[in-house]
Amino acid sequence: MALPVLPSLDRRTLLGVTGAALLGTGVRAQGASKPPAAPKGQVIVGLSQEPTRFNPLMPAIEVDQGVWWNLFSPLWGVLPDGSFNPMLAKEVPSLENGGISADGLTWRVKLRDDVKWHDGTPFTAEDVKFTIDLINNPKFRAGSRAGHDQVRDLTVVGPHEITWKMAEANAVYISRLAWTFLVPRHILGAVADPNDAPFNNAPVGTGPFVWGERVAGDHLLLRANPHYFGSGPYLERLVFKYIPDMTVMYTQFRTGEIDYTSIQGISPDHYAEAKKLANRVISVNPSASIESITPNLEKPQLADRAVREALYYGMNKKAIIDAIYYGLPTPTESFLPAQSWAYDSTLPKQQHDPARANKILDAAGWARGSDGIRAKGGVRLAFSDSTTAGNYAREQAQQLLIQDWKAIGAALTIRNMPAAVIWGDYYRLSQFDSVMIGVTFGIGSDPDVTDRFASWAIPAKGGSGRNPSQYANAKVDKLLRQGVAEFDPTRRKAIYAGIQQQVREDLAILPMFQYATIEGTKKGLVGYTPNINALSNCWNCGSWYWAS
Amino acid sequence: MARYLIRRLGQSLLLLWLVSMIGFAILYLAPGGPLSQFALTPGMSEADLQRLAHQMGLDRPLPVQYAEWAWRLITGNWGRSYRDNQPVLWVIASHLGATFELMASSTLIAVLFGSWVGILGALRRHSLFDALSTVGAMVALSIPTFWFGLVMIYIFSVELGWLPAGSRFTLGDGSLLDYLHHLIAPSLVLALVTIAIWSRYMRAAMLEVINQDFVRTARAKGLPERVILIRHTVRNALLPMITIAGLQLPTLLSGALVTETVFTWPGMGRLFLDSISYRDYPTVMGILMCSALLVLIGNLLADLCYAVADPRIRLD
Repeated sequence: MALPVLPSLDRRTLLGVTGAALLGTGVRAQGASKPPAAPKGQVIVGLSQEPTRFNPLMPAIEVDQGVWWNLFSPLWGVLPDGSFNPMLAKEVPSLENGGISADGLTWRVKLRDDVKWHDGTPFTAEDVKFTIDLINNPKFRAGSRAGHDQVRDLTVVGPHEITWKMAEANAVYISRLAWTFLVPRHILGAVADPNDAPFNNAPVGTGPFVWGERVAGDHLLLRANPHYFGSGPYLERLVFKYIPDMTVMYTQFRTGEIDYTSIQGISPDHYAEAKKLANRVISVNPSASIESITPNLEKPQLADRAVREALYYGMNKKAIIDAIYYGLPTPTESFLPAQSWAYDSTLPKQQHDPARANKILDAAGWARGSDGIRAKGGVRLAFSDSTTAGNYAREQAQQLLIQDWKAIGAALTIRNMPAAVIWGDYYRLSQFDSVMIGVTFGIGSDPDVTDRFASWAIPAKGGSGRNPSQYANAKVDKLLRQGVAEFDPTRRKAIYAGIQQQVREDLAILPMFQYATIEGTKKGLVGYTPNINALSNCWNCGSWYWAS
Repeated sequence: MARYLIRRLGQSLLLLWLVSMIGFAILYLAPGGPLSQFALTPGMSEADLQRLAHQMGLDRPLPVQYAEWAWRLITGNWGRSYRDNQPVLWVIASHLGATFELMASSTLIAVLFGSWVGILGALRRHSLFDALSTVGAMVALSIPTFWFGLVMIYIFSVELGWLPAGSRFTLGDGSLLDYLHHLIAPSLVLALVTIAIWSRYMRAAMLEVINQDFVRTARAKGLPERVILIRHTVRNALLPMITIAGLQLPTLLSGALVTETVFTWPGMGRLFLDSISYRDYPTVMGILMCSALLVLIGNLLADLCYAVADPRIRLD
C-alpha cells in the first residue's frame, strides 16, 4: 500500500500506522503488484450525491470533502488509525517536538519547500496565513470557523515557516487543521469577492489531481498532477460520477460502468448478491456515524431518567440490526466509534429486557392507564419520533420500536419529514420529542464532543453548538473543557472515558449501533483504504492504481 | 394581430409577476432551508450556521428578500446557485442540452409512431389492430416508468449487454454514435407513455374528422383516398394536436424526473428535484420563472399556429 505522503509520525511509529491501516481497515493484499511508473488508466467513482462545492473552505457535505482530498492538501492528514501524517507541513507540531509550546498556546509549523500549486506557483507560508485569515474574514462565507477563530498573531517567519498564538489551549485544533485544505493566496487574494470567485468552480490546489472538467449533474473529471509533491498519483484520470439512485448505482457497478461505489455504497439488501459478483470485491467498513434515538430532554415524558432507562431496556436492538440492517452494523453504547483511540469498551451493555423496563417504570411512579399507556402526574408516556421521510430502513426500525415500547406502556407515534425540514429549525431548535438520527460526533479522530453535549451548546437556549437534546451535566461540562485543553493522549483518553460513562449513565442519547458502509470495488484496484476519520474513502485516490 | 400580441404580453407579465410572488412565498415559507443540509455535517456548529444565514441574507424579512431578488431579476441578474455557486442561468443552461436531447428524441418517436397508430386505429376502427393498440396504450400508460426503465436495463444492459446501463455518453468517448447508443433506452422508455397518449388523442381526433361532411363531400367528388386522408382528414385532425404540442413545450424544461433518475441522465428533472431537496432557492426560482415563461410562450405559439392551420380563426 502506498500512503499519500510518507508520514513522519509523532505519536506512533510508521510501522505501527501502516500495519494498523493494513490490518484494521480491510486493505486488500495485492501480492507483489507495484504502482506504474507513470499515471495510467482511470477510476470511476459512483456517488449518490453530487459534489458541487470546490472551494474547500466553504460549507459542504461529505461528498465534497472526498473531492477536496484529491485536489487540495491540508498541512497534515489523518490516517485510518487516527494518527496524523504530515502533508504540506514537514512535521506535525506537538509538545514533544516543540511545535506546540508547553502551555499549548504557541504553535510553530515548518512547511515543505518543494510544493507547487497546480499552476506552478510555489506554495509558501503566505498561503497558510491567507487561508486562516480568509476563514476568519467576516465577509467570507466560511464553512466552519471553529478553532480558527482562536488564532492570534499569525506570523510568517519565513517562506516555509509560520507561527501563531491560540487564545486558549486547544488540542482539537490539530484535527481541525487536518480537515482544513489550503487555498492559494495568489489566486483568491487577487479577487474582489472570494465568495463568487471563478476559483470556486475551477479550483487550483496542491493535491495529487488537477481539475479537468465538470458536467453539472453528471460527472467531475480530475487528471493526474505530474508535479505532485508526494508519491503518486498512479491514475491518469479520476472520475466522480453522480448516480442519484442506489439501485441504479448498484446496477452500474454490476455492469462495470463504475469501478467503486462510494459514500452510501451498496444498500444492505444488495449485500448478499453483491458478494457473489465475479471480479468485484465487497467490503463492510465501519463508519464513525452512530445511530441513536436522541430524546429531547426538556420534554416532560423524556426528562425522567427512569423513562429513558426503561425505553433503552425495552428496545430490541438486535432485532433492528438483524432484521432491517442485515446484521451489518455493530451495537454500541458510546457516541464514539469502536475504532477511536478514546473509545471506552467498558461501558455497560444494553440488554433487551422488557420485564426490567416495566419494573423501572412501576418503581418510578409511571402507572398504566386503562389504555395500557403509562402516566405520571398528568403526563402520559406518549411521544413522537421523527426521522428523514423516505429512509425506509429507519421507518421500519420505528415500526419495531412502536411494538417494543408499547409492551412497556409507552406510546410512540411517528412524525417523519423531508430532510430539509426535519434537520432545520425542527431539530436545531429542539422542537421534536425524539429523533432517530445518525451522527458523527467527533472531529476526525478527535473525540471532542463539546459541540454535542456541552450545556452551552444548546441552540434552543441561545447556545452556539449542536446539542438539540438539551443535555446539561456540570460534570460533563467540566470534563469537556479539560479534554480540549489537554494535549497528553493518555490523560485525554481518561477524560473522554469519563464523558462516555456519564453520557451513558444519563442516557443523553439511546445509542443503537455504529453504522457500517458496504462498498464495492472492481477486482485489481490497489490502494483503496477505508478511512473512518476522513468522512470519505476517496481520501487517498492518489495512491490508487490497477494491478497489472 | 399586433393588438392581440400586446394584450397577451401584458397578461403574461402580470402572470409572471404573480407566479414569482406565489412561488417565492411558498418556497421561502416552507420549513427548512438551504442550511439544513449542513445541520449534521461534522465540524460545523450552530454559530457557523447562524453566521452563514446572516451572510446569505436568509435572516431578513421575506418581503425584503423578495424585493431584492425581483430587482436583480429585472436587471438581468438571476443570482447564483447555493449548491454550486454558479450563475442560475448557467446552471439551467448546463442541464438543458441533456433534457432537450432526451425530450426531443422521445417526442419525435412518440409523435411519429403515436400518430401512425392513432390514424391507423381510426381508419380500421374495431379491427384487431385497433383493439391491440387500445389495449397496448392502456398497458403503456399503466406501466410505472421506474420499473420499466429498470427492466430495460436488466434485459438489455445486464443480461444481453447491448445497451449501456445509463449515462449520456461513455467517459473518454463521446462520439455521435456513442451518444445515440446511450439515447436509445431512455428515449424509448420515455416515449412509451407519450406514444400511448398521442395515439389515443390522434385516434379520437381522426374519428371526429372522418365522419364530417367535408370528408364525405371529398369522397363524393371522387378524390383518391390518399388525398382525402392527407389533405382533409389528417390536416384537420392535427389541429387539437397543436394545443397538446404547445402544452408539451414546458416539459422540455421540466424534464422527465423518473427516466433521468433511472438512466442517470443529467437533465432538468434531476436538477429541479436536487435544487428543491437542497432548498437552492435561486435555482428553484430560476426554473420556476423559465417554466412559467415557456408555458406562456407555448400557449401563445399554439394560438398562433391555430390561426395559421385553421383559416376560420383570426386573432385580433
